[in-house]
Amino acid sequence: MSKKIRSAAPKAATDSTAEISLTINGEAITREVSTRRLLSDFLRHELGLTGTHVGCEHGVCGCCTVIIDGWAGRSCLTLAVQADGADIRTVESLAADDGTLHAVQQAFHECHALQCGFCTPGFLMSLVNYFERTPSPDLSEDGIRSVLAGNLCRCTGYQNIVAAVRRAAELLNVEGAKS
Amino acid sequence: MSTQMFGAPIPRNVDPRLLKGEGAYVDDIPLTGALHAAFLRSPFARARIVSIDVSAALAYPGVAAVYTCDNIGSLDMEMPLLVPHPCLIGARTQRPLARDEVFYVGQTIAMVVAVDRYTAEDAAALIDVDYEPLDVTVELEAAAAEGAHLVHPDVAGNIAADFTQTSGDPDAAFAKAEHFTKVSVRIERSTAAPMECRAVAARYDGATGELTVWDSTQGPIPIRGGLAAIFDIDEDKVRVIAPDVGGGFGQKVMLFYPDEVLVPNAAMELGAPVKYIEDRPENFLGSNQERTQVHELELAANKDGEVLGVRDTFLHDTGAFIPYGIAVAQVASTSIAGPYRIPNIWIKFQAIYTPTVPVSPYRGCGRPQACFAIERAMDKLADELGMDRIALRRKNMIRKDDFPYLREGLLFADGLAVRHDSGDYEGAIDMLEAHMDIAGFRAEQAAARKENRYLGFGLACYVEGTGLGPYEGAHIRIHPITGKVYVNTGLTTQGQGHETIFAQIVADQLGVAVTDVIVTEGDTLAYDWGAATYASRAAVVSGNAVYKTAVVVREQVLETASGMLEVAPIDLELENGEVRLKGFPERKVTLAEVATISNPLRYTFSESSKSAAQFASSAKHDRPPLDEGAHPGIEATDYYSPPCATWAYGGHAAIVEVDPELCTVKFLRYVCLHDCGRVINPMIVEGQIRGGLAQGIGGALYERIEYDEDGNPRNANFMDFLMPYATEVPEVEILHMETPSPLNPLGVKGVGEGGTIAVGACVASAIEDALQPFGIERLHEVPLTSNVLHAALDRAKAGGAP
Repeated sequence: MSKKIRSAAPKAATDSTAEISLTINGEAITREVSTRRLLSDFLRHELGLTGTHVGCEHGVCGCCTVIIDGWAGRSCLTLAVQADGADIRTVESLAADDGTLHAVQQAFHECHALQCGFCTPGFLMSLVNYFERTPSPDLSEDGIRSVLAGNLCRCTGYQNIVAAVRRAAELLNVEGAKS
Repeated sequence: MSTQMFGAPIPRNVDPRLLKGEGAYVDDIPLTGALHAAFLRSPFARARIVSIDVSAALAYPGVAAVYTCDNIGSLDMEMPLLVPHPCLIGARTQRPLARDEVFYVGQTIAMVVAVDRYTAEDAAALIDVDYEPLDVTVELEAAAAEGAHLVHPDVAGNIAADFTQTSGDPDAAFAKAEHFTKVSVRIERSTAAPMECRAVAARYDGATGELTVWDSTQGPIPIRGGLAAIFDIDEDKVRVIAPDVGGGFGQKVMLFYPDEVLVPNAAMELGAPVKYIEDRPENFLGSNQERTQVHELELAANKDGEVLGVRDTFLHDTGAFIPYGIAVAQVASTSIAGPYRIPNIWIKFQAIYTPTVPVSPYRGCGRPQACFAIERAMDKLADELGMDRIALRRKNMIRKDDFPYLREGLLFADGLAVRHDSGDYEGAIDMLEAHMDIAGFRAEQAAARKENRYLGFGLACYVEGTGLGPYEGAHIRIHPITGKVYVNTGLTTQGQGHETIFAQIVADQLGVAVTDVIVTEGDTLAYDWGAATYASRAAVVSGNAVYKTAVVVREQVLETASGMLEVAPIDLELENGEVRLKGFPERKVTLAEVATISNPLRYTFSESSKSAAQFASSAKHDRPPLDEGAHPGIEATDYYSPPCATWAYGGHAAIVEVDPELCTVKFLRYVCLHDCGRVINPMIVEGQIRGGLAQGIGGALYERIEYDEDGNPRNANFMDFLMPYATEVPEVEILHMETPSPLNPLGVKGVGEGGTIAVGACVASAIEDALQPFGIERLHEVPLTSNVLHAALDRAKAGGAP
């Protein structure tokens, strides 16, 4: 193609902005964000934490699940400004600094509970939160499946994810988990 | 080899990266200063475009460009017809941006590029289009009927293709048969719905003229070839990368979607990287779908149950365009006789345009429809003849000594004859029957009915032609310093675990750890010969290419090591990354040393590289460092091109409980027996089956893309389009059979789609059995939603059934 003079690049959107301060994976940060920016977009595109995925942007698939102030939540249904003052954990926080996988991650690996891996961070964060909040988790087939019922997976058919939940309970020494 | 990796259920190499959130899907690729694209899409199924005014959008702050058909130069064209076929009548493909008229709700009309997606969407909403809506006929049979509104005014009857194939002498078979069974079946439209929607990003380097495109595609090599042709630039200047891809299931093997040409074009024009990340509603509106077919199938049989012939005529909904040719319908038509001998076949289909999202393959690709038609007919035939459903099937199965079984006259989707290469179909149904304990179940069913609980048994058998050509290749190199093995292929992965199974194949040949084999897929810079990932072909076509290449590399290693150790190659063995003298394991060299010394060096840069230097002890001083015809390093490239598809097969059986009040279906058991030849990694194979099965259950009970009579999609989101969660998918028992394929060195057959094919037929068979006490009609459609079952029960009651 012939060389054309490049048109002037636009500078930035004209959205109103607000300053937010929050803790992400243990690190305190302060940023100026667009008031309509989704938390998922903020995490991914402004902080570079691309482990949190966006599958539907209407809160059904669960790919974007992060832990917000101790509760699993949909980052695609949360505005970044709503997270002002919050403590947020994403999938990037799970493995140890030396790369050792978290028990739930290790269980997913052993049980082949992921294929394409796109939905996986959402499942992991939901389950990490479940185990943290539930001293005596229901490890029956129905119990596990109902815990998983907030997340869609199109690859695995779920059975290996169910197995991974049982294996994670073992690795976490949850009472009642077979060993 | 003491520990063979082929056949071992080892965890995947790729997992740790994905589990830690370190995957790199297209939208994760950091592109500094990237602009973002959003589309304006048609709100009408058919309309003339009177005018488009983009001035307000262009003036919106933050907007870099607005594209319509008028300012995209040579891209204002009909996109390529990917798979031409002589039976296509007036084949139509889509333009990247609509010119003068639109053909389905969701068709792209304009693309806005702006500083971020939010701004781009704002501006797209400011584009003013004046439409003149046209009348439409949306529903498949109506669109095929006389007087239907035409999708393309110059394509009479909305007929995009009309094709008939014959095998044997069906007329003679029907003339002499003693019994005839007719079914009309309907399979509804679904969609692949990968968890990652489609995505494209592009960067153009004006100084070097290099265009780099990241595309969530199953086929980067054809994308690259197409982009080079469309933009008239050198192929070597275009690099297409399919990075981590979040599921594809066929939807992402379609090319070119409008964004796949418009985004690179914008990046070249605007001098900045440009990204388009499809959102979920757009995936329903703009990414291809599949399944709707209506079959009228008739079996001609003898009273003893032998099926002499089948006649099937079906309508195939191809949506508003037919970019992928007749692939889906052709696969359906050539799979119609299933695993049965049925020597006489007459099959005709018409592909029909409807003003809806275009159709191209989705996991199964016509096979679920064909399986549903033949299997529902076999159930009906068994009932009419008073025969056991399993006995009827067994009687008609292609027998062990019939293989290879040719269906003369039928051409498969690869243009080659339909030839079932191998299997033990009778053995499979025997195994399934024994496993299910049918007699025990019938007693349980009778007891349950006394308690007003309704249990049913269903089964369905399937075949799948897998591993289609044309060919794939592989390049393998052993790294001189580390001894690690690098494998490059032309395939792409969407989560199937190729990187692990290919590593297993190589590990066995070269005696290295599976984790020391690094497989690269989906990058045209690494490898650029081949087709794509589709048609359950990765293990078959690429797997064998990897195997053949690894064998060549092994010979090179042995040859070089034999010179280093001064022994014959036959006395050497490869293990633990070393080449050893058999019986004298201390006499050895490492693969790294072998690879290093195979590359004569002028300059050294590390301790190990000194062994290849000009004055090293191994150096030759009386002839060239490289022998005539030799190449430096340990590396090779080889290819595998299959003689024809290799046929996998299997059977599904289910026991369900149906609640006749709520019209819900609960699985008490689901069993899948399958044979995909030799299994490379049973854990991965079972994963493929379970995943395919879950999609099959979606199609059997829940998933249906709904259009209203004006062609508006009614459930284009995850709230209303019901995909199964963990609560809807049962635990599946898997039974393996292994009949090695005689067509390829590894003896493997494909398994990617097999899990999906038989589910609809099996589930319908089971529900029908459960609801027999209500005297319901035969269930000849899927999905069998609660509404469908409720209506069937209502009709049965109105008919005065017991």
